[in-house]
Amino acid sequence: MGDWPALDAFLRTDPADVGCEQALAMLHVYAELVDAAGGAEDRFPGVAAHLRACGPCADDFDGLLAAVRSAP
Amino acid sequence: MPWSAEDDQDWLRALRGSGAAHEEALGTLHALLVRVARTEVHRRSARLRLAGPELDDLAHQAAADAMVAILGKLETFRGESRFTTWVYRFVIFEVSSKVGRHFWRNPTVPMDKESWDLLPDRFGLEPTREAEWRDLADAVRRAVDTELTPRQRQVFVAIVLNGVPLDTMVTELGSSRNAIYKTMFDVRRKLRAHLVTNGYLNGDVGGEGS
Repeated sequence: MGDWPALDAFLRTDPADVGCEQALAMLHVYAELVDAAGGAEDRFPGVAAHLRACGPCADDFDGLLAAVRSAP
Repeated sequence: MPWSAEDDQDWLRALRGSGAAHEEALGTLHALLVRVARTEVHRRSARLRLAGPELDDLAHQAAADAMVAILGKLETFRGESRFTTWVYRFVIFEVSSKVGRHFWRNPTVPMDKESWDLLPDRFGLEPTREAEWRDLADAVRRAVDTELTPRQRQVFVAIVLNGVPLDTMVTELGSSRNAIYKTMFDVRRKLRAHLVTNGYLNGDVGGEGS
């Protein structure tokens, strides 16, 4: 039995993960909390778990956060 | 005096209303969406293999589609965030969706060819340690063949082996991101359970949490 961290990390799933639909529905709220250092992960642990595992949703979040931070 | 929004209520009043303030609010919103869309397509441009006018065209299409969606859903704005953050979400999603469709129309990788030779690279299995991971790689392949449904296998091959973006599979299969993600979630659970049960990976069979 070996130690294969990349494969192990990919295969691990988090039961708290809420999936794309719920995460994207709250993404605007989550982004503002992250921007304000307002405890986003504590308030929305399922969204945080999802963004750690889903590349496309994390990419959308990065874009949204960048937009929030560049707002005039 | 030109229209400007001091707060969310100004936006909602003007967008729901009519006359000069309504028209100015529409123009201001469109300009905002185009600015965010342009920034977003440029942020993703390295993966897009698009440049110049094509990128700008994609940004304008995303902004226009976001505008339609926003105006159709104004009544669903609940004030949980600033109005502008809420509208940014629409345009980011439009860019994301259009990028997925762009890859689907202009594929750089095959959808269904089974590139098993790329598996070691996908999971950081170094050639110098092949003697150690060869059995593991064979076990992954066996698990894919025996444990997954045809749909799960198709999604695994496209996304993991061939590197097809998840959003491109959404277009390819006429599905939703949530459904494809759920398929991959189940694939990950099944493969991990098989590999742990058969002694190829350490840890609990559930593999949940980190």
